[in-house]
Amino acid sequence: MGIIGKIARRTFLVGTALVAGGLAVGYYFYRKPYPNPLDDELAEGETTFNPYVKIAPDNTITLIAPRAEMGQGVATTLAAIVAEELDVRLDQVIVEHGPAGHAYVNTTMLEEGVPFPHFDESTMAETMRAGMGVLGKLLGVQATGGSTSVVDGYYRMRQAGAAAREVLKLAAAKRLGVEAGSLWTADGVITDPASGKTFTYGELAQEAAAFAPPAEIRLRERAEWKILGKPQKRVDMHAKVTGAPIFGIDVRLPDMLFATLRMNPYRGGAIVGFDAAEAEKMPGVVKVLKVETGIANGFAVIADNTWRAFQAADAVKAEWGKGSYPPNDADIRKVLEDALRGSDISYGRNDGNVETAFADAPRERIVEADYSVPYLAHATMEPMNATAQLKDGRLDIWAPNQAPTLVRQLAAAAVGIETENCFVHTTYLGGGFGRRADVDYAIYAAILAKAADGRPVQVIWTREEDIGQDMYRPAAAGRFRARLGDDGLPVAVDMRIAAPSIMGSVLPRYFPSLPPMGPDKTITDGSANQPYAIANYRVGGIKAPISIPVGFWRSVGNSFNGFFHESFMDEIAVAGKLDPLEMRRRLMADHPTAVNVIDKVGAMSRWGEKLPAGKAKGFAFTLSFGTWVAEVVQVEDIGGKIRIEKVWCAADPGQVIDPGIFTAQMMSGIVYGLSSAIGEAITFADGAAQQSNFHNYGPMRMSQCPAIEVGLLETANRMGGAGEPGTPPSIPALANAVHALTGKRVRTMPLLKEVEFL
Amino acid sequence: MKLIVNGAEHELNVEPEMPLLWVLRDELDIRGPKFGCGMAQCGACTVFIDGEPMRSCSVPVGDVAGVVTTIEGLTPDGRLHPVQQAWIDEQVAQCGYCQAGQIMSAVALLEANPNPTDEDIDNAMSGNLCRCGTYPRIRAAIKRAANTTTGA
Repeated sequence: MGIIGKIARRTFLVGTALVAGGLAVGYYFYRKPYPNPLDDELAEGETTFNPYVKIAPDNTITLIAPRAEMGQGVATTLAAIVAEELDVRLDQVIVEHGPAGHAYVNTTMLEEGVPFPHFDESTMAETMRAGMGVLGKLLGVQATGGSTSVVDGYYRMRQAGAAAREVLKLAAAKRLGVEAGSLWTADGVITDPASGKTFTYGELAQEAAAFAPPAEIRLRERAEWKILGKPQKRVDMHAKVTGAPIFGIDVRLPDMLFATLRMNPYRGGAIVGFDAAEAEKMPGVVKVLKVETGIANGFAVIADNTWRAFQAADAVKAEWGKGSYPPNDADIRKVLEDALRGSDISYGRNDGNVETAFADAPRERIVEADYSVPYLAHATMEPMNATAQLKDGRLDIWAPNQAPTLVRQLAAAAVGIETENCFVHTTYLGGGFGRRADVDYAIYAAILAKAADGRPVQVIWTREEDIGQDMYRPAAAGRFRARLGDDGLPVAVDMRIAAPSIMGSVLPRYFPSLPPMGPDKTITDGSANQPYAIANYRVGGIKAPISIPVGFWRSVGNSFNGFFHESFMDEIAVAGKLDPLEMRRRLMADHPTAVNVIDKVGAMSRWGEKLPAGKAKGFAFTLSFGTWVAEVVQVEDIGGKIRIEKVWCAADPGQVIDPGIFTAQMMSGIVYGLSSAIGEAITFADGAAQQSNFHNYGPMRMSQCPAIEVGLLETANRMGGAGEPGTPPSIPALANAVHALTGKRVRTMPLLKEVEFL
Repeated sequence: MKLIVNGAEHELNVEPEMPLLWVLRDELDIRGPKFGCGMAQCGACTVFIDGEPMRSCSVPVGDVAGVVTTIEGLTPDGRLHPVQQAWIDEQVAQCGYCQAGQIMSAVALLEANPNPTDEDIDNAMSGNLCRCGTYPRIRAAIKRAANTTTGA
């Protein structure tokens, strides 16, 4: 797709000029880069002011939070951002995800994709970020990922609330014959203090829509905030404690059919034999058909009940062609090792001169280590699913998904209709973690809808399909060496990391005509972009040619680089006889935010106080997704088994919009990371994943979950994310604690291959 | 075949080996119990059969001898159960998919043991998986509910 390259080149030329305009308050509503998707779906009498606000005459106020609510509280926080400026209470609004639309583009996700670390605020880095933001706007991809939702919506959605409030005031002012500036707003009501007259927003909405918002709207100062900065009750909590039917698998439509899939377990292989005769005779079965796409090949059963579809799928005889990747774990490991020795390396960081620094290094001053991690599944609690109906040239898709505009485009293409005739209804997600940024499940549902004669079809994957057909977190391997100075601090660190390219797997999956990409910075994310000052510091990434599908797994490259970088730093501290916190304080002294979170977590965890025998602590730090995070894990030896007793976490995202939800996200990220570190792995034998369900892919259970204490700071210059940054340091902090407790340095995941957990 | 769910009697015409979960969801449109694994590993489908918590994905409907209660029938009048209220007070749910099952297990625990220790909670709740990491808040909510009900 040469057009992306062309757009990129053009926008980089004009990038700064455009964005200077883009930062002016009100730009978004004057320039209207995209039509308002709400225009097409208003209820009788309802008025929309911009893509985020709808108001009905009875003062029913609907706010659009156009990001996937997958547990991270984004529906609540995004609605709170609009509500703050609109001057409505969160408990008086309805919050909806809204339709798919380019107006809901996520520009921040691309901005943070530039090959500069978060702390780099140089002109070059900022210009590139701005250029990518403009590119993002042009592509108009609506997506949830990269912990960007709140950062992305923070200005735009406050402007949306303020712009709607101001035109409502103009309508009131006209009715009353007073200046708009003399009116007060609160709780969805405008008051004229002179006359005491009041109007609800609903009474004024239709008149107000005729006014243009003022060119300059002053957004409220922090001190004036009523909602933001304070913990809010989640808008989805009541539905979620009452078992309400809010998820993808809960969608029900008149005349709906139920279906399931079985795709080739040899990933990417063909379906070469297919006998559905027996399955077609089974009760409730409507149709059995082959499903062959560029993503995976297999078959589907459409029936009148999910279980009957499952049963019939078991009765189909299929023969599978092999995949084109090394079939066993040992072969996969060898490809990673070979890649590590390869020369096709892309340096994400190259300070000083590493080769010279090691050339004359005495043997006893060198620390060397090899690390590796396995493939991982997302294992969202709600298995992949989607519901689709194709009728009279219109395709409707109901899907728990993280990328609605991509779903719209690719599902439409899969059934041969125009994108604008596809309508995406994003439900709540029973977990996402990046898995639902892929859209394979929606494409399959569209294909089955085409075979269902106009009836809606709900396609639910079994857990076995969900795990077997996941787009995994890639396996990775790293080779690291450090030269220590006389003071024990590293004077040179050299890191090589090999992994299959995530971008090189995701993009061709959906856009096979795209030319091969250049370097993939996700391979070194979390190692190449850390705020350490080391005189000679080199981090290189090498793509390993393994075609097992991989995707975005909570914290992406940081999920393994956090472990590599921070466990190796712990090895350096041990070899240099330095306290791990003190060593970090010194190496990151140029970055006060890093020192702040280290000091905070040190104080919270009483680091340095002597522990009773049989207990130990480990530390790690990772800056990811703009948030600076330091964590301490405390472990306990119970009869030779390890119990994770407690985790302390200090996080600094610059600004915390909802401390309750942000804290929950840090806890969530920590549990997700620790769960993987204890016992998760996808391994391959004879070309297929060996794990299939929760009995052999075992996430952490409550009995293994530590107490978690989170402390928040707001000292960083730029705002960071919430959903992912808790994960990367949790894994090395645990591994480092295990080392402190047992003396065993575990350099491969999961830990239970080497130590036992309670 | 007859099945009593949340106080209502249903006449069914399904294979007796169909798991109770799919009878509830696809035949009776009772969608509180969720599908997570299909092999009693995750607890998202937890319901009560004669008051005992069971994984409905692994109970053939033909084997159901007692009355079935799902989260929809947790209180007779549709008001919040004290455990559900505790979940709201502690802001437990994240994605929420496992929470109906978690709440059913917690209600069963507190009915059997009104003052559970941490260990009791861990033991009773470890059959219910959560991928969002809400375990610490679930513990807090169970303790809150225990205090509420014993204090009342």
